[in-house]
Amino acid sequence: MKKFNKVIGLSLVMAMLAGTVTACGSSSDNAGQNTQTDSTNDGADVSSDGTAVWKIGGIGPLTGGNAIYGQAAMNGAQIAIDEINAAGGINGYQIVFNPQDDETDNDKSINAYNTLKDWGMQILMGSVTSGCCTAVSDYAVEDNLFLLTPSASSVTSITYDNAFRVCFSDPNQGVGAADYIADNGLATKVAVIYDNSDVYSTGIYDKFAAEAAAKGLEIVSAESFNADNKTDFSVQLAAAKDAGADLVFLPIYYSEASLILAQAASMEYAPTFFGCDGMDGILTMENFDTSLAEGVILLTPFAADATDDLTVKFVSTYQDKFGETPNQFAADGYDAIYIIKAALEKSGATPDMSVSDICEAMKTAMLEITVDGLTGTGITWSADGEPSKAPRAVEIVDGVYKAIQ
Amino acid sequence: MRFLSSLINGVSLGSVYAIIALGYTMVYGIAKMLNFAHGDVIMVGAYITFIVMNNAGLPVWLAIILSVIVCTALGIIVEKMAYKPLRNAASPLAVLITAIGVSYLLQNLALLIFGPNTKQFTSVVNFSSIKLFDGKVIIQDETVVNIVLCIIIMICLTLFVNKTKAGQAMLAVSEDKGAAQLMGINVNGTIALTFAIGSGLAAIAGVLMCSAYPTLTPYTGSMPGIKAFVAAVLGGIGSIPGAFLGGILLGVIEILGKTYISTQLGDAIVFSMLIIVLLVKPTGILGKNIQEKV
Repeated sequence: MKKFNKVIGLSLVMAMLAGTVTACGSSSDNAGQNTQTDSTNDGADVSSDGTAVWKIGGIGPLTGGNAIYGQAAMNGAQIAIDEINAAGGINGYQIVFNPQDDETDNDKSINAYNTLKDWGMQILMGSVTSGCCTAVSDYAVEDNLFLLTPSASSVTSITYDNAFRVCFSDPNQGVGAADYIADNGLATKVAVIYDNSDVYSTGIYDKFAAEAAAKGLEIVSAESFNADNKTDFSVQLAAAKDAGADLVFLPIYYSEASLILAQAASMEYAPTFFGCDGMDGILTMENFDTSLAEGVILLTPFAADATDDLTVKFVSTYQDKFGETPNQFAADGYDAIYIIKAALEKSGATPDMSVSDICEAMKTAMLEITVDGLTGTGITWSADGEPSKAPRAVEIVDGVYKAIQ
Repeated sequence: MRFLSSLINGVSLGSVYAIIALGYTMVYGIAKMLNFAHGDVIMVGAYITFIVMNNAGLPVWLAIILSVIVCTALGIIVEKMAYKPLRNAASPLAVLITAIGVSYLLQNLALLIFGPNTKQFTSVVNFSSIKLFDGKVIIQDETVVNIVLCIIIMICLTLFVNKTKAGQAMLAVSEDKGAAQLMGINVNGTIALTFAIGSGLAAIAGVLMCSAYPTLTPYTGSMPGIKAFVAAVLGGIGSIPGAFLGGILLGVIEILGKTYISTQLGDAIVFSMLIIVLLVKPTGILGKNIQEKV
């Protein structure tokens, strides 16, 4: 009996080994090639019926406190892709889009990047948030993969020459905010409440403070909070109130902003609140009382109620498809795809080129194109990846955004 | 004036800590165990209330009762499955580490079930706030409700522990499990009852905390839970009035520290309090130093 068991055991082991050796044949090739930058595997990107396609990956927060941004960016990108595919694709090739969730977490963003690489991604639209984009860009540069972020605004997010961005950067936002407040005479005494554990928030605040000093705005109170302490803002608001600030600058995200608005209302402090693109999405928070956001001004280059043809068409398509009004992140995602299209058409690249060759071609093309998009007209790029276009502001009136000139 | 409103904000924050600390202290006093998952039971209580109120549209009092029932059941289940098997473990650390594990389990289960999107909690407290000094100092209605409820719960708990049979059984179990069992007390049942009461309190704490600070995510209970633990230690762990005192004191220290020292150092100040208390008076302000005579 023992000898019989031994024979069975041995034969099972042999069968298992045989199985792993044969099944593993193709995957072990991939495992080896994932670490090389000039692998031959990613040149053959084909759809299920064998024709070559463009594989564009997307990384952003599809769940979590910033889900509104990630979902909007992917939705906007999807609309653009559907339009382009219907019109014949880019250089005659169709686009396949693969959005991945990073929950605004750096590690998860890197995991998403690797998942997309395994899928055969050639161009990355992402990451949506600054911290994650900075983390992913370290990997994208090693693979020489073209990266276009729709909305990551930190300077560190596109330090390498393969990375570009659609939105304006934090320095521009901080400078733009200070300029806007000073030039439009919105206030003389300004308070700031920022998140000192977040690169987005501190980046904007630093430049805002510098520009405010240059423009003669007095910052009477600058208080911070951090990621572990973002529910109670009584101290920060009391400091702003006691210093007599008539405008409070909030370079933070909408979840915390909603709490600040509620707490300010209950302490009967009613300054003008001024935010940046992180404030966008505050009106679509579940169960949020939008009357608290009345009069809030935020910097955003996209206003859904603008009357130009492109915006009107985009807004109605988005509403039909997703049942809500798009925010600026959706517009950023839409523009990102059209920018990728413009660069690919300018460079004449095709999907059977390697990831690295596509990237090189696009890097040159980006400096030569001018794009008219939802988020700006005549957008051009410089070698550091920054777009040049001007920031505009909207005000929340009656629970909706209203463009102000 | 600034000092007065900071003081009141501190009491407001402290009242939330106090209610959470009551649960911590009760479980430690009776079962001699630090239930680090307490903060997350609070989060579960808040979620149940939110779902019942918003999605099912049921009235507030029904939502709270349901939430207390669910949390009590959760507390008993967790005790039976995770803590009871380790009661006689070689190291008392085993139960502590299990508690941390349960904490993560609850957070991630909530993430799976309720999703990570931030929910806006509608406050269940709807009185008008008290205004003093011509509106310069405002006391929130939630603060008043928190403090009043905290005192009521404190009195009820003290009466329960000292006057009822089940409460006396709890005291006996906390002093000497073996002797209590010899006297015919159902030790398992008593400890289960302790966790049940603690978790029921957690549900109420969750509703009150989210009424004061309306954002709700699976991670909402974690930091307040840790700070309430510091508060319980500060006031004397195992002492019920100590939890109340510790909670209020810690809230005041945190807000005053943030106002007058630095907003960035708020947490550092809170946790240095823990270190100072443990160095100077480890049993806390109202704690008793029990010497074992051999």
